[in-house]
Amino acid sequence: MTAAAARASRSWIWVALAVSAVIAVLASVFASSDPDGLERVAEDTGFLERAQGALYEILPDYTIPGVEGTPSTALAGIAGIALVFVLMLALSRVLARRR
Amino acid sequence: MLAAPQPLHAPDGFLSPAIALAMWALTAIVVAIAVRRVSRTLDERAVPLLGVMAAFIFAAQMFNFPVAGGTSGHLLGGVLAAVLLGPWGGTLVMACVVGVQALVFQDGGLVVMGANIFNMGVVGTLGGYALYRAVAAVAGGEARMRVPAAAIAAWASVVAAAALMAVELALSGTTDLAIALPAMLGVHMLIGVGEGLITAAALGFIAGTRADLLTIARGGAS
Repeated sequence: MTAAAARASRSWIWVALAVSAVIAVLASVFASSDPDGLERVAEDTGFLERAQGALYEILPDYTIPGVEGTPSTALAGIAGIALVFVLMLALSRVLARRR
Repeated sequence: MLAAPQPLHAPDGFLSPAIALAMWALTAIVVAIAVRRVSRTLDERAVPLLGVMAAFIFAAQMFNFPVAGGTSGHLLGGVLAAVLLGPWGGTLVMACVVGVQALVFQDGGLVVMGANIFNMGVVGTLGGYALYRAVAAVAGGEARMRVPAAAIAAWASVVAAAALMAVELALSGTTDLAIALPAMLGVHMLIGVGEGLITAAALGFIAGTRADLLTIARGGAS
């Protein structure tokens, strides 16, 4: 495969990551803040108060501590996208080599 | 009040320690099998697709969409991941996403992380995928029926995950099954429609733009 063809065959990765980042940014603005299915049921049937807080916080509830509002969620989302991409890529590469 | 999104997954305290531990054990076994199966079958060319799927599902899970009655839902993604990556590759991706959500984003508890990975991931990647294969086979083959079969399986996986969660809550003594089961099923039958639509749209988009990616990671893992 030529270098140009190899680049073309891999460009979809960047496109897909960009689409994911756009989804995260859109989610930071437009996602519904209504309780989700489980939380709604927990509220209605009276066991929501059993929920325990987290032991520690890094990017709690998709926010960057110290950054306010929509940018906080958008940046936390992009950080999460990068993190799961790199983690999954690294794990898959190790597993593919073991074959 | 933050616009969105908010914690979505089961927090610690919803399940009893015994049930949470049992779900952790079950999840650990399934993930261990997935690691073995993927290490035997994964083609090096398919490696980026696993990373991209994790990124997409993470992003899509942030996007809560409204359903009836002041309630929201979001994609799980297990069936989508399994249709593209096979059940075991899909399982690893879902474990990675749900694990990072709990460990870094405090979305979902640590004690109940096994249950969250199983309910939101494995139910779709193994159970939903089996249903997908069965529906596709009955309806005329995977190549032709990929999108509708995946949409049906995606809907069913959300309903099944909700039912399982209700059973886990009841076994934990958190609530009565007679109350939790109809409540969980009712709202998740609606949320599942969103799961089916997003799964169909994503697969349709890939089929229309890079159809070669539909099968690159399936290898012998199907």
